[in-house]
Amino acid sequence: MKRKEVEVLEDILGSNIRAAAELKRRLLDRGVLAVNLMSSPGAGKTTLLERLAERLSPRYRLAVIEGDIETERDAERIRAKGIPAWQIQTGGACHLEAKMIGRLFPQLPAELDFLFIENVGNLVCPAGYDLGESLRCLLLSTPEGDDKPKKYPKAFRTAQCLILSKTDLLGLLPFDPEQAKKEALEVNPHLEIFLVSPLTGAGLEDFIAYLLRQRQKLTGRHA
Amino acid sequence: MAGLFEILEEKAGQHRAAKIVSVKLRVGLLSGAVPELLVTAFDMYKKGTLAEEAVLETVAVPLKVRCRSCEAEFEVDDFIFRCPSCGATDLEILQGTEIYLEKIDLEVD
Repeated sequence: MKRKEVEVLEDILGSNIRAAAELKRRLLDRGVLAVNLMSSPGAGKTTLLERLAERLSPRYRLAVIEGDIETERDAERIRAKGIPAWQIQTGGACHLEAKMIGRLFPQLPAELDFLFIENVGNLVCPAGYDLGESLRCLLLSTPEGDDKPKKYPKAFRTAQCLILSKTDLLGLLPFDPEQAKKEALEVNPHLEIFLVSPLTGAGLEDFIAYLLRQRQKLTGRHA
Repeated sequence: MAGLFEILEEKAGQHRAAKIVSVKLRVGLLSGAVPELLVTAFDMYKKGTLAEEAVLETVAVPLKVRCRSCEAEFEVDDFIFRCPSCGATDLEILQGTEIYLEKIDLEVD
């Protein structure tokens, strides 16, 4: 037996990076704006999607992929709004990976404007996995506190937009939206920030206008 | 971990290794991974593989950025992305987001 040293120099997430690039190309070919929604558990992602379904459909064609460790509950909530939804049960895994989305790609409607992917509730691991999305959108809800951006820098740094969620609770909690914005912008100065109450729909118009602009940029068509 | 072991198996196969003795990872400050926890995960995952007796070594990689306005290069350690020279916030990340498999030591016949 002898020893042999082998230089490798490969990113260990390389297979996900390649799968995500391929998926992104296929989604863009179809003119689909894919949005990866990330947050802690219970920040309002599914409720936000319910509100978006009410406002955007049927003018725009939506589909939703839900990621959870267990249960079909979130997909059922979206289907109840008349939107096609698929549930990925990760069976313990704390994040979605591009291959999981790629497997569902053939089932997506041929004509589609928006694909929302609701990631597993977690601000840590999902941040490391590109799902082929064009837009990474983070939710930070007011009960979580305004000091989170620097605690979860990768999630905030890799997102393009941030929704400060559950604004209906502002005033009841020691959450300062200006402080949250300041922290978030220090980690990522390019973040577009929206204040939204998924429960009441307050503030949703600005976010929807942003989504439509992003889609317009993508397709070059008038949304 | 699955991604790492895919590469390890591939490399061990290419070099007809009897076993993997050590594995060296470069872990970026903004990789989202904690070196200590990677070692724990590696030690759980390696059972029953060619790396069963392997030691995982991790090297911390600082977060290095370049200012797109004044070209200054510097390290960010507090996750405040602002150029210390000119105050600009449009920064390009040069390193520190990766988990790189740098090298492996194999035992071969």
